[in-house]
Amino acid sequence: MTDVLIVVALLLVAGAATAAVLNRDPMRQALVLSFLGLALALLFTFLQAPDVALSQLAVGSAVTPLMILLTVRKVRRRPGSGDGVDKPAGRER
Amino acid sequence: MSPRVRLWVFLVGAAGFAALFAAACLDLPAFGTVPHPYGVRAVHAALSHHTANVIASVNFDLRAFDTLGEESILFSAVIGTVVLLRQARDEHRKDPEPATVHPPVRRFALLTLPFALLVGLYVIAHGQISPGGGFQGGVVAATALHLLYIAADYRALERVRPLTLYEIGEAAGEAAYVITGLAAVLAGSAFLANVLPFGTLATLSSGGTAMVLNAAVGLEVTSGIVVLLARFLDQAVEIEEPGEGGGSPRDTRDSGGNGDDERERA
Repeated sequence: MTDVLIVVALLLVAGAATAAVLNRDPMRQALVLSFLGLALALLFTFLQAPDVALSQLAVGSAVTPLMILLTVRKVRRRPGSGDGVDKPAGRER
Repeated sequence: MSPRVRLWVFLVGAAGFAALFAAACLDLPAFGTVPHPYGVRAVHAALSHHTANVIASVNFDLRAFDTLGEESILFSAVIGTVVLLRQARDEHRKDPEPATVHPPVRRFALLTLPFALLVGLYVIAHGQISPGGGFQGGVVAATALHLLYIAADYRALERVRPLTLYEIGEAAGEAAYVITGLAAVLAGSAFLANVLPFGTLATLSSGGTAMVLNAAVGLEVTSGIVVLLARFLDQAVEIEEPGEGGGSPRDTRDSGGNGDDERERA
């Protein structure tokens, strides 16, 4: 029974990770990344590592996507950067 | 190096790695069966120090010094972010305008906020007893606070979040960890040794210094994540670069991280 759950979680992780790589839009990548965090948290829970699962859930599926979304928003607000997606998020100065 | 040579170098390296990795995997113990010698010893050490959560015992007792390093990584990462994302001289700060929030979103966020905050604090407080601890609970508590940004807007969040207090909290958490370690030295033992009375197994006050260090990490992580997200939010919502006018319709919308989809195709 546990093995089935682990295999399902592994497939979810592989699927979500591939989707995150194949997506070119950072906004969607952030959402897929959030789902990947959730799938990883499930996997860690099934592997009896609830501590790691909690960390993964909090950081991987909430804080990291939030930081990416805020960065994308900042970059797209810049004057003269219509697409802005390919430019580095940091400031050059 | 031409692309062709580069590809060959990669293929040779990858083949070597694949062969060694496969050979190593064949010698692994069967999946999820044999008790690991380190696991057995860690459980024994945790129980002898009356720490019910073995992971907390490994993090804050057996390998407390490693955890000091990890805590310092987060500490310096947050400081780096604060320095990098500060307001530059030619940038100006614009007061975020009040945003309209859909009532269902507001209700959901306001309902979830106290619950999530409580879960975060619970996970911190019970770090030495049940799964979780200062780091996990700290991130949950810090994230929970930001539900207010989703429920209302950035001004509401700024009003209930005195940033200076969190900056002090972050430094105090980091300092408390080091001071606890030094106190063990003063007590005549090694740096970060578990010198406090161990207490009764599976109670809030069990685990000796593991409990203190767990609380210090909880304080540091909660404050650190709040400061970190505050810098990102400042940049995304408030700080404007020169030439970035207030006339753009984008600037008036502050309804949270999900409010960006209309510019997706821009």
